[in-house]
Amino acid sequence: MAAVAEDKDAYRAGFERFVAAHAASDPAWLRERRTAAFARFVERGLPTPRDEAWRHTPVAPLTQGRFEPADPAAQPSADALAAVPREGFRGATLVLVNGRLSTELSSLPSDQPGVALGSLRGLLRREPGRAEPWLGRVADGRTGVFADLNTAFAEDGAVVIVAPGAILKEPIHVAHLSAGDGAPAVSYARTLVVAGRGSECRLVESFTSSGATASLTNAVTEVVVEDNAFVDRYKLQQEGASALHVATLAARLGRDARFADHSLSFGAALSRNDIDVRFDAAGGDCALDGLFVVDGRRVADTHSRIEHAQPHCSSRELYKGVIDGQARGVFNGLVVVRPGAQKTDAWQMNRNLLLSREALVHSTPQLEILADDVKCKHGSTTGQLDANALFYLRSRGIGEAEARGLLTWAFASDLVRKLEIEPLRRAVGRHLQARLPGIAALAEALP
Amino acid sequence: MLEIKNLHAKAGENDILRGLDLTVRAGEVHAIMGPNGSGKSTLAHVLAGRPGYTVTDGEVIYKGRDLLALAPEERAREGVFLAFQYPVEIAGVSNVYFLKAATNAIRKHRGLPELDALEFLALVKERAKVVELDDELVKRAVNEGFSGGEKKRNEIFQMAVLEPALAVLDETDSGLDIDALRIVAGGVNRLRGPERAMIVVTHYQRLLNYIVPDFVHVLVDGRIVRSGGKEMALELEERGYSWLEKEPAAAPAAGR
Repeated sequence: MAAVAEDKDAYRAGFERFVAAHAASDPAWLRERRTAAFARFVERGLPTPRDEAWRHTPVAPLTQGRFEPADPAAQPSADALAAVPREGFRGATLVLVNGRLSTELSSLPSDQPGVALGSLRGLLRREPGRAEPWLGRVADGRTGVFADLNTAFAEDGAVVIVAPGAILKEPIHVAHLSAGDGAPAVSYARTLVVAGRGSECRLVESFTSSGATASLTNAVTEVVVEDNAFVDRYKLQQEGASALHVATLAARLGRDARFADHSLSFGAALSRNDIDVRFDAAGGDCALDGLFVVDGRRVADTHSRIEHAQPHCSSRELYKGVIDGQARGVFNGLVVVRPGAQKTDAWQMNRNLLLSREALVHSTPQLEILADDVKCKHGSTTGQLDANALFYLRSRGIGEAEARGLLTWAFASDLVRKLEIEPLRRAVGRHLQARLPGIAALAEALP
Repeated sequence: MLEIKNLHAKAGENDILRGLDLTVRAGEVHAIMGPNGSGKSTLAHVLAGRPGYTVTDGEVIYKGRDLLALAPEERAREGVFLAFQYPVEIAGVSNVYFLKAATNAIRKHRGLPELDALEFLALVKERAKVVELDDELVKRAVNEGFSGGEKKRNEIFQMAVLEPALAVLDETDSGLDIDALRIVAGGVNRLRGPERAMIVVTHYQRLLNYIVPDFVHVLVDGRIVRSGGKEMALELEERGYSWLEKEPAAAPAAGR
């Protein structure tokens, strides 16, 4: 317990320094929210293996490392910059280095009708009232201790505010880049998306880190989808092999609002996604899907929670995992249907493909239904490559390694096909092509 | 082309083939008939190299080489093709992509240049006609959502594209209605040629009205107990197999 107290002391000293440095620029309401979030952290502490939500995920790398705040003024190396998947994105790209927006690296078209884009810090200085209803409230105490730490410590971030009725054609790309000198450092990546009534937007958040950096990315994305609006969010996580990645996505949906999230977790030694979706009014629709591909001794963990608090809402969830080597996958999906949330239609599925004998997966789909007129289904499958299919391909002359690559690709391909942003789909294709043998022309492999 | 000598094989733990001899020359079509459990499908699978089967004795010489020493993909590249009794559905991989990967693997093995997308599509279009396979099915995921007949036609279509030297057809007729059977058999007949040999495994004599074999062999308890010409199939249809099961194994007539 002494170690835990020590951890807290380290964070407390850090928080005192942070408060002193930002006291002048933060609005009062934000200071209060930071203090409350930090107090929740102090009360709960960092997770331990005894916490139900972390039972299957080795927390030690997250809790034992001493992570100093990453330098937001760091100059990313050329390699780190090259790793950011920018090719083909024609819309606005916001680049955040260690949590801080770099205007130099970002490309912000001068005329962006219908959307306010930029630095969270800037918005807080100029028009704090636009962030006040949401920042630190969408991701509230319920979303866990890492989100609380982010709320307490995030000094900047990306903000996307879509005007009511605006339909954005080009996807907005928020690129989070961890750049360091190799020392363990934490960056707090923060994104706030508010889609006004009847608006539509697409958002890509990418996460990359420079090579050998033992970085910790603590990311929080808050999404507000107002009545009848649509937000389609994509996340591509390709951090380095020794990086740690903990991300929280919190979304709130208004009446008849639609929200979709597509999460692709390919990098990091440990990656954890906490997703929290709430229907605040009737008629909402939410579709979550995700693909993680892990090998070596890496760990990918997705915890999702969808709360049906209102009637006539529907949710769809499909998470797929490809686990090779001694890697581990964790899925925990909770769907809560509150009393009165009648006509809820919820479907949840988790499918895992184990490519080696030592690969491991923990899958826990959960339904908690407190209404009586609902349609809810969930399921989970874990298996290996189909031996019959493998032989079928080989019997046609395709080599064993290529056949395995092709079948692995086939397992993942329905999620890749769903990616409606072409440059992203190509980036994902390139990534999988590099990791799976024999997938020469992915586009052609798609039926 | 193919010489099977004293082949003994197990499927899992069970002895299935117990001393099978068969010689197939280029240009010949051999029908293998026999009751359920006699080892017909085991023979087909052993020739294609399916995992789960163990050869315990005997040998298989294909084009002068030890076929059993080759991996399944190597056999395919050397010209062996198995038309599956139960073709496998592979969601997420299109028929065209799958066949192109296979074609180019085989071409590469033979020192031929790989076909580009245009050349390959032209080939596919032409060969799809052999079994009247719809363009739309060619583009769909491998066998996914295909009817039983469409799956079998897809097997023969693949054979038409891959142009094997030795084709083994494992109960390609079972479960087909008469129209589908005609199409499948028509496709097979168009692929007959002096350089190509076929082993047609079937449970029903009916297929042999459409694919007329040069030789008919009866497999009982893992051995060929009788061989003859195409007329023997009719006799089998009339009399069944039970009279053969009681007879001692006749000396197998290999080839002619």
